[in-house]
Amino acid sequence: MGGFPILSLMLLVPLLGAIACLFVGERAARSIALAATVIDLVLGIVLWARYDIGGAQWQFTERADVFAGFAWALGIDGIALMLIVLSVFLMPICILASHSINKRVPEYMAAFLFMEVLMIGVFSAQDIFLFYIFFEASLIPMYLIIGIWGGDNRIYASYKFFLYTLFGSLLMLIAMLWMVNVAGTSSIPALMGYDFPADAQVWLFLAFFASFAVKMPMWPVHTWLPDAHVQAPTAGSVILAGVLLKMGGYGFIRFSLPMFPEASADLAWLIWTLSMIAVVVTSLIALVQHDMKKLIAYSSVAHMAIVTIGLFAFNVQGLEGAMMVMLGHGLVSGALFLCVGVIYDRLHTREISRYGGLATNMPRYALFFLLFTMASVGLPGTSNFVGEFLSLAGAYQVNSWVAFVGTTGIILGAAYMLFLYRRVVFGEQKNADAAAMPDLAPREWLMLAPLAAATLWMGIYPESFLAPMRSDIAILDARLARSAPESDARLAIEAVAPAEQHGGDHAPAHGIDVHGGAH
Amino acid sequence: MSSILIIVFLPLLASIVAGLGHQAFGATVAKAITTAGLFVSCALSWPIFLAYLGGDAAGQVVPVMTWVHSGEMTFDWALRVDTLTAIMLVVITSVSALVHLYSWGYMAEDPDQPRFFAYLSLFTFTMLMLVTANNLVQMFFGWEGVGLASYLLIGFWYRKPSASAAAIKAFVWNRVGDLGFMLGIFGTFLVFQTTSIPAILEAAPAMQGSTITFLSMRLDTMTILCLLLFVGAMGKSAQLGLHVWLPDAMEGPTPVSALIHAATMVTAGVFMVCRLSPMFEAAPAALTFVTFIGAATCLFAATVGTTQWDIKRVIAYSTCSQLGYMFFAAGVGAYGAAMFHLFTHAFFKALLFLGAGSVIHAMHHEQDMRYYGGLRKHIPLTFCAMLAGTLAITGVGIYWVHAGFAGFHSKDAILEAAFASGTGMGRFAFWMGAVAALLTSFYSWRLMFLTFWGKPRWAQSEHIQHAMHDAHGHHDTHGHAEHGAHNPPAQEDAGHDHAHAVPSAQQDDGTAGYHPHESPWSMLIPLVVLTVGAVFAGFVFSPFFLESETVWNGAIAYNEHLMHEMHLVPLWVKLSATIVMLIGLAVAWLAYIRDTSIPGKTAAALGPVYRFLFNKWYFDELYHAVFVKPSFALGRFFWQKGDVGGIDRFGPNGAAFVVQQGAVLARKVQSGYLTSYALIMLLGLVAVVSWVLV
Repeated sequence: MGGFPILSLMLLVPLLGAIACLFVGERAARSIALAATVIDLVLGIVLWARYDIGGAQWQFTERADVFAGFAWALGIDGIALMLIVLSVFLMPICILASHSINKRVPEYMAAFLFMEVLMIGVFSAQDIFLFYIFFEASLIPMYLIIGIWGGDNRIYASYKFFLYTLFGSLLMLIAMLWMVNVAGTSSIPALMGYDFPADAQVWLFLAFFASFAVKMPMWPVHTWLPDAHVQAPTAGSVILAGVLLKMGGYGFIRFSLPMFPEASADLAWLIWTLSMIAVVVTSLIALVQHDMKKLIAYSSVAHMAIVTIGLFAFNVQGLEGAMMVMLGHGLVSGALFLCVGVIYDRLHTREISRYGGLATNMPRYALFFLLFTMASVGLPGTSNFVGEFLSLAGAYQVNSWVAFVGTTGIILGAAYMLFLYRRVVFGEQKNADAAAMPDLAPREWLMLAPLAAATLWMGIYPESFLAPMRSDIAILDARLARSAPESDARLAIEAVAPAEQHGGDHAPAHGIDVHGGAH
Repeated sequence: MSSILIIVFLPLLASIVAGLGHQAFGATVAKAITTAGLFVSCALSWPIFLAYLGGDAAGQVVPVMTWVHSGEMTFDWALRVDTLTAIMLVVITSVSALVHLYSWGYMAEDPDQPRFFAYLSLFTFTMLMLVTANNLVQMFFGWEGVGLASYLLIGFWYRKPSASAAAIKAFVWNRVGDLGFMLGIFGTFLVFQTTSIPAILEAAPAMQGSTITFLSMRLDTMTILCLLLFVGAMGKSAQLGLHVWLPDAMEGPTPVSALIHAATMVTAGVFMVCRLSPMFEAAPAALTFVTFIGAATCLFAATVGTTQWDIKRVIAYSTCSQLGYMFFAAGVGAYGAAMFHLFTHAFFKALLFLGAGSVIHAMHHEQDMRYYGGLRKHIPLTFCAMLAGTLAITGVGIYWVHAGFAGFHSKDAILEAAFASGTGMGRFAFWMGAVAALLTSFYSWRLMFLTFWGKPRWAQSEHIQHAMHDAHGHHDTHGHAEHGAHNPPAQEDAGHDHAHAVPSAQQDDGTAGYHPHESPWSMLIPLVVLTVGAVFAGFVFSPFFLESETVWNGAIAYNEHLMHEMHLVPLWVKLSATIVMLIGLAVAWLAYIRDTSIPGKTAAALGPVYRFLFNKWYFDELYHAVFVKPSFALGRFFWQKGDVGGIDRFGPNGAAFVVQQGAVLARKVQSGYLTSYALIMLLGLVAVVSWVLV
């Protein structure tokens, strides 16, 4: 794919679409938006197909120096590739899901297309300031989407969203300026290999942490998420849960871990603690929600905690697991918000108790909802299992407490999701209006079926998704090796009878620790 | 050996086609596809089983597809077949095929039949994936997959609140066990750097005696790994503490209870322990725990089973109890005996459940045994089948000629092995098992006597009354939700002869004019086939399971010494099972045939003890108070006091408040009054001057 700037093209298509939307009517805007997102999806598939697994670390690179070292530099590795594919996959579905929007449609479509530009930009930027611009600018369209097309309490939610996410970003900018000054480059690949002094790393790590933790979101800076989700229109929730939250995880894996490996290891206890609290606390909160979207929003916080647990396991399983949770959660939480949207469009309430017995009048809907519910609880064979399993397996190798508390999430997750499913889909049809709702329309099939297929694909044959990321994870793992915290397992093999001393690679001398660290 | 691919994937294919396509080709085709698929799988399984019994087939693995490769952690889809798998294959496919056939009759009136058959086949597929797993993660896939199918089938009548509640309960309690299973897999990977079962089993002996830290505790490596994995087995096999979901699972249609909650899924835990037996052999402390839990469960469940009225619940507790036997057999090292009991139990317990289903079918979905009675003349074939099942579960047989019903061979072997093991825990298990065998005999005959003997007591049954009012029999199969609403008498004394006191009964024969009919042939054929199994499975297969190491061919840890010791136990031990069986039968006969006032008097005399047993040792109440209620309370606390009252109040809302108040203050300061500006200027001047001077 020599010099063809496919990444720039992927940014240009939705950008032009967004501009075009502003000058046309409602119907045309819908068509333009759908066309632009589908073109980007096709480009994304081309990108995936042409990505050379096992080739150069950074592919499809483009670079145009702008001024003073600041450059329009794009390029992706396998990690960024998968997140871009996720983004372009979700966008056409979001456009389809926006059928019920009828207020200021051209502006709405423009906001979504602009959102797509920024999402792809975040994942493909190779210049740290370019990344910052995309990262922060992604706030704006989402702020508008919630603030203009949101629910009754949209103003509060959009301000909360904006304030929270802006809070961290100033600190991150200061840290970036310092880093570029010291390292003498603003290139992300170069910075990923630069060794900052250990004492400075802590402060830099914390500055980035302030931004990424809010974005993830991690407990206790998660409270913007339930409000934002509840007020956002369906498609906004899909993008928010599906892609925007992943920017936090991407930030950790692209910046925090490779650039500050020592600080990451030193502060791992902080991440672990917050993640463990998040898994338990937000799962329990999800259990008592009456509002469907709020329930799924809280479940997102718990799932994102599994991502941070995996990332800060400092081993291949943890890192790959974290990436798989991000991808899987992107699909599944998006699909769950679409499922909520399907019935919200019919009954205009998110109150769980207003539904019930939908299995009778909406059997196909019930089947899709079941699949995504099971994927959300991490049933093997679905996307989320692979990620959760690897993340927690990785965490166990470092700290059994983290793995234990994280794994309790599978019990609580089953409890709140099945409780939701029961109240919505099972039982008698006690509400006449809910009982009169028709089953899925063809447009809704078109939204849910691809997500269902992807969910199963990722669960049964995750190799398609793991393979592109493998070498990049290995590079990161190698970089982290020098600082990775020691395993708390401290496996010690006592002297055993000589006849039995043939334990393969690891039957060393008396009392010596095996697998001392995670490596 | 590509037939294994067909055996495993045909049910999946049938399930998908029937589940998604039934609108196109109708319910009958959907039922035919799934049933035919299972009979094909079954027909292909038996030759494999017989080949392994002949001892001339080696274990093999058929690779299917890549699954996950992540660093050192790799696991792929593959189907492993060896003796242990072959046993499970015939158990699963045979019972499943018969249950499919049975459901044609049992579910005939249900409008959702394609869904039911699709779920049954899906279950069979996941169960087959479990038993053919060559790595722990695929086993976990099957493990959770059967959990999903069980959830869907328990909640099949989803309109019934009790059914959907039971479905969630089953899934979540299984997840508690799965927490242990997952941590066990993680720990195994940490120690052995692989999830491949053969590799783990090979390396396990070398790890004996090593230590590891788990949750800040320094523990023996193999012990903690085995215990964690065993927690998974406890959840799936409903062992004491994690058993509470099994009785509630009886909310599902009866064919489901026979297939999932008797013959196959609940035995997955036993299968797991046997599959990993070389690992458990390296952890004697874990085996002691397994023995203890098995023995305790077998007695606990039997005590509860003696007091229940619902025919399915009696059999459910019986299943729980029999699983306890299998576990303590495994715990003392007699894995062959455990698998043998699993094998025979599958036949006679499926038979008992399907027989109970036939009774329930005949009695218009009445499940309360207090409203049965005298049925042997009305449904003679069902009666014969249930009789064979009862003779099998109670272990009727003659020691000297070494011939008896299925349970005679397998249960005797377990009790002998427990005694022969010579350990204190083994002796404990023996005594618990012997007492439980007495109770088994009692509650099984109690069930038989209440159902098939005595006079009809149907007149008071709301289901029967309902049937008689709706003479056309237009019965809504979903509508059994009312059951329990009429508040049946909770005491044993109210239960028995109250048919005489029914004012509304027009006939004094207690039948209310209702005539139960024998079930259709689709239900009777499975009963006949399983009856053959319940009668002969023990006698025919006993030599293969118990006497021969070559049959196992390394599939389980085979303890030659223990097998030898079993033959040397004293005569009274060998006869103990038969003796207690006779005592149980005699007591049941006394209490439920000879003098029917005895149960009431006994229950009254025992008072609190009876209530304790009747209420299932209050486990449900305890768990509700300790786990369920606090979870919701904590959830509300963290939400209202934590998120809303804490983080939001002092975080974003607090910040907004400060800014707002600051603005108010600033506005006050910028009042436009010259005097106030002058005052501030003066104060500022004073401050500056004093700072400079001081």
